[in-house]
Amino acid sequence: MTDILEVSGLSFAYPNGHAVLDDLDLRLASGERVALLGPNGAGKTTLALHLNGIHRADAGSIRVAGIELDDDTLTEIRRRVGMVFQDADDQLFMPTVAEDVGFGPANLGLSGAERDARVAEALSMVGAEGFGPRSPHHLSGGEKRRIALATVLAMRPDLVVMDEPTSGLDPAGRRELSDLLAGLDHAQLLITHDLPFALEVCPRSVIVSQGRVVADGVTAELLADTELLAAHRLELPFGFDPSFLTGRSAA
Amino acid sequence: MGAGHTHDLHVPGDSIVHRTAPEAKLVAAFVFVLAVAVTPRREVWAFAGYAVLAVVWVVASGIGPRRTITRLAVILPFITFAFFLPFIGGGDTTDVAGFELSTEGLWGTWNVLTKAVLGATTSIVLASTTPVPEIVRGLERLRMPRLVTGIISFMFRYLGVITAELGRMRTAMIARGHDPRWLWQAKPIASSAGAMFVRSYERGERVHAAMLARGFRGTMPTFDDRRAEPTDWLRAALIPALAVSLALGGLLT
Amino acid sequence: MHAPDGFLNVGTAVATGALSLGLLGMAARQAGDELADKQIPLAGLSAAFIFAGQMVNFPVAAGTSGHLLGGALAAVLLGPRLGALVVAIVVFVQALVFADGGLTALGYNTLNMAIVPAFGGYACYTFFRRFLPANRSGVVGATGLAAMLSVVLSAVAFSLQWLFGATAPVAFDDVFGAMVGVHLLIGIGEGVISALVVSAVLAARPDLVFGARDLPKADLVGEARVPARVFVAGALVASLLVATVVAQFASGDPDGLETVAEEQGFAESGRDHALDSSIFADYATQGVDNEALSLAIAGVGGTLLTLVVGFGVFRAVGSTSGRRLT
Repeated sequence: MTDILEVSGLSFAYPNGHAVLDDLDLRLASGERVALLGPNGAGKTTLALHLNGIHRADAGSIRVAGIELDDDTLTEIRRRVGMVFQDADDQLFMPTVAEDVGFGPANLGLSGAERDARVAEALSMVGAEGFGPRSPHHLSGGEKRRIALATVLAMRPDLVVMDEPTSGLDPAGRRELSDLLAGLDHAQLLITHDLPFALEVCPRSVIVSQGRVVADGVTAELLADTELLAAHRLELPFGFDPSFLTGRSAA
Repeated sequence: MGAGHTHDLHVPGDSIVHRTAPEAKLVAAFVFVLAVAVTPRREVWAFAGYAVLAVVWVVASGIGPRRTITRLAVILPFITFAFFLPFIGGGDTTDVAGFELSTEGLWGTWNVLTKAVLGATTSIVLASTTPVPEIVRGLERLRMPRLVTGIISFMFRYLGVITAELGRMRTAMIARGHDPRWLWQAKPIASSAGAMFVRSYERGERVHAAMLARGFRGTMPTFDDRRAEPTDWLRAALIPALAVSLALGGLLT
Repeated sequence: MHAPDGFLNVGTAVATGALSLGLLGMAARQAGDELADKQIPLAGLSAAFIFAGQMVNFPVAAGTSGHLLGGALAAVLLGPRLGALVVAIVVFVQALVFADGGLTALGYNTLNMAIVPAFGGYACYTFFRRFLPANRSGVVGATGLAAMLSVVLSAVAFSLQWLFGATAPVAFDDVFGAMVGVHLLIGIGEGVISALVVSAVLAARPDLVFGARDLPKADLVGEARVPARVFVAGALVASLLVATVVAQFASGDPDGLETVAEEQGFAESGRDHALDSSIFADYATQGVDNEALSLAIAGVGGTLLTLVVGFGVFRAVGSTSGRRLT
């Protein structure tokens, strides 16, 4: 299986000199779901913003489906990498859901029936058929998150990157989202603090700290390593039974 | 005077006015108001005609007289001013119930009153029967620059988000006993407004990033599915056409 | 000041409309160059901020409240061009979607509420900056003064339009005196609030304040040393001074201006002075021989009177409507 994402030697510092990413390497196979874990300020969101060229690296390279990210391939990479932002209100900026989901396809040059078909396809993938004419402002948190996902699915990406997908969701909304993500064929990189969610959705996890990958492995095994978690300010919820993890990792 | 409106005036419905294409309605409203504005104030019969047309519009749109009249309150400050005119105006005077009132002033009152009420009623019918995205689309089809319609769209999308954030800040202040009564106690509220500007601006930057992530290259795409049919224009043209003939009648006599 | 349809004559509406469109077109082109493709989301969010800012109630006196107009504030935060454009869009939308302000009045409403306060306010801002220290206090103080004057400039602009487009027989200097007097007081609130808002933005993100771009970041940190109470007192003194000057101007040669208007055929009505019957008329105080002095006294007296009456009204309204907590 070919790697859909190859990040190598990625480094990035803000203009004030603060290094956020430090020689970071990461690979994702197509169709793979990976959780990106790490403490606040570890560089997770900055990494995500690099993946479709919102930020440009100081050093290192990013290849998506074998295509190197540069000025000429920017548009192509942005189509292939779907980025779902943390605050769905930032992502849903058009007056109606249909226009929001159609925004990406429109930028790809689609119009008319072809674009409408993309919108319908994406809305049905997230179980939001019939949401088209509604205003994003009046959706619930869970609905907003699903529509935000639809806005990138409409571009038929190879890789979906989500920043804190479960923040602000109620337990039911969270479960709906995990079912939805587990059912998608796309490669997914999920940035999250929600360790049980990572365990549920992603077989593999990567821990990033101070701009570098410090651990990469089977999610259940990483989460069972209490010393590793403590070293990087990661904590399982109170009452979470570690033996459940061992059971999962054996299975 | 610009305070107090958090929600647009749109009233969902399926009246003939609701169903007319927005660009046709925009043009109709503008032509009607223009006809009213150019009519010399002494052509009382023409204004009577406009009033009938405006009432027909309100009835046809099914928005109800109470809503219309409540909304007319926005012009109250100017109406108040208009009622001063007979007292402060100069020139010939007329005796009204024992008061020596300026004749020109009385005509001034009449002029401001009728034109303001007719103009505001027209805007109310337009705004009540057309949802904001439709108004924006209508403007786009009338060739308003995409830059402006884009800004309007974004403004409406985030107005509610920002007011809600401001409301939460306000609640947090009240919860801690903040109840300013004098201008120099306004600092916490003004500071929250400043914080709001920073948040709005930063949200603007994040929205821009989200747009770039979906392939935005500087031009807003159009989502124009419905164009005004000839029947839309015909339907919308009826009332302004009558108004224009009244105005012409008034100008020529 | 969202004037309704037919408030000024058609000629004035068309002329101000053309002027506004031209100026905004220019502003949009130049602002577009500054922001590149970020302009649509950033200007949209800024417009939403100004719109929301106009809905925030600020305490004025004895528990009553007022709200921001925002023209000068927008100019200091976003620059005069983008600021004017953003506030003009707010005015336009208020007419179209909220029926607030007439459609045929858009020309002069845009001019008075967006273009004049933004460009005029920013001109005042740069002027005051010259005399104030090049630091945070200077930026905040200049914003306050500029915002206050921007409201007065709007009133002046409206009065001038009345000169050419009056629809009722009220003389220019009456309208001018009343408008400027009232707006001096409104301006105090506008100045205080705008200054405080800019001060708060400087504290968080000094790089976002267009009007402070010339200053290094180090000069923008720390507390501004202009307590609001001092500012209110200063603004009162300033408004009394302006009233003195305005009174001179109002009496100076109003007929000259009006004669021009008449000769040009603009002044359809409004040529009757009717000083005797006017409630705002005759600034000169009787019994003082020196005309200039007498006018100055009248101006100051008028401002103080407005203040007292205004305060009385606030008090009365405040006590009947009770204290507002929301």
